[in-house]
Amino acid sequence: MMARITASVYTSHVPAIGAALDLGKTNEDYWEPVFAGYQPSQAWLKDNTPDVIFLVYNDHATAFSLDMIPTFAIGCAAEFKPADEGWGPRPVPVVKGHPELASHIAQSVIQDDFDLTIVNRMDVDHGLTVPLSLMCGQVAQWPCPVIPFAVNVVQYPVPSGRRCFNLGRAIRKAVSLYDEPLNVQIWGTGGMSHQLQGPRAGLINREWDNRFLDRLIAEPEKLAEVPHMEYVQEAGSEGIELVMWLIARGAMSDQAPRVAHRFYHVPASNTAVGHLILENSP
Amino acid sequence: MALDKPYKGIPGTTIFDAEQSRMGYHLNQFCMSLMKAENRERFKANERAYLDEWPMSEEQKLAVMARDLNRCIELGGNIYFLAKIGATDGKSFQYMAASMTGMTQEEYAKMMLAGGRAAGSPVRDPREKQ
Repeated sequence: MMARITASVYTSHVPAIGAALDLGKTNEDYWEPVFAGYQPSQAWLKDNTPDVIFLVYNDHATAFSLDMIPTFAIGCAAEFKPADEGWGPRPVPVVKGHPELASHIAQSVIQDDFDLTIVNRMDVDHGLTVPLSLMCGQVAQWPCPVIPFAVNVVQYPVPSGRRCFNLGRAIRKAVSLYDEPLNVQIWGTGGMSHQLQGPRAGLINREWDNRFLDRLIAEPEKLAEVPHMEYVQEAGSEGIELVMWLIARGAMSDQAPRVAHRFYHVPASNTAVGHLILENSP
Repeated sequence: MALDKPYKGIPGTTIFDAEQSRMGYHLNQFCMSLMKAENRERFKANERAYLDEWPMSEEQKLAVMARDLNRCIELGGNIYFLAKIGATDGKSFQYMAASMTGMTQEEYAKMMLAGGRAAGSPVRDPREKQ
């Protein structure tokens, strides 16, 4: 029996959501609808706890300054500490890695022409810990090991949707060649529409976001052709994080997925929150 | 042939590309240094002296001291780095975002609650005269 990808999870990773959780604000009127949208997801994850989560996210000037800007970086360490982003680390568990599967995936994917940067020491910021908190709630330890996979979406040009989708396929192949019957989930995070900079800050595009969700489910390969400019124009300069969702989607089976959950809400701080859970057919 | 940079035409938006990144390297690395508590204290005690330790342009230093984020971005700053100045000041991200739009934090928060800024709606640079 080999490892296989059973499901994918997509979610925004807004830092204010982490702060709301950590400061006990989840029942406030502003935040209640956001956390209500993840209640079914927490139940789903309890029933469908994988052996490993491959978590695609981006670092926000935390582990990577401008000294080094890897386009794709895979965390191969045994553990990753929650980062101090300037106001102390989030009070969440240390993230345990899966060095064996991570280095196996690195070997396979690099041989398939995706030049990953291998990272053996790295702190992880809200991009990685907020999705875990949303899906797991406040826990003493995360339910399984996590392989952090950081994508540069800070300095332009970021990888194209097409390249992200194909990278997902290479990750799927790598997992299927791992000689242990692991149940692996892949999570794609970031987005949805938001712009954090300049006079145009505050941009939200509900219609475009929902169309993105529809197409991610039904026609991901076509969606992967959307050029950078459309993301920037329609979903805001930081909405371009959504290319990371295509890595997770590309790692899913070619057959239509089952939509286990879908949620959309505006706003969380400056951002539109989008969330999907897709299951592969057994 | 020159590289195509179609994103230069989007109003109120500066894409942080290799050119901006090169220009803003020291500005952004200064911001990065504010992740350490001891550096935050030194910066707060004497902003000018702390900035003078960095090979930043005079314009960049003045923009930081004025907390003019739009100017910082023009001069190569990236918002994820610049956010660390706001964190040092104890300001929320929404305060910083509002400051770039010419709205008060309250007006900006209200816009977000009402569904945010529509794509294609007019954009106003707070530095332009009304």
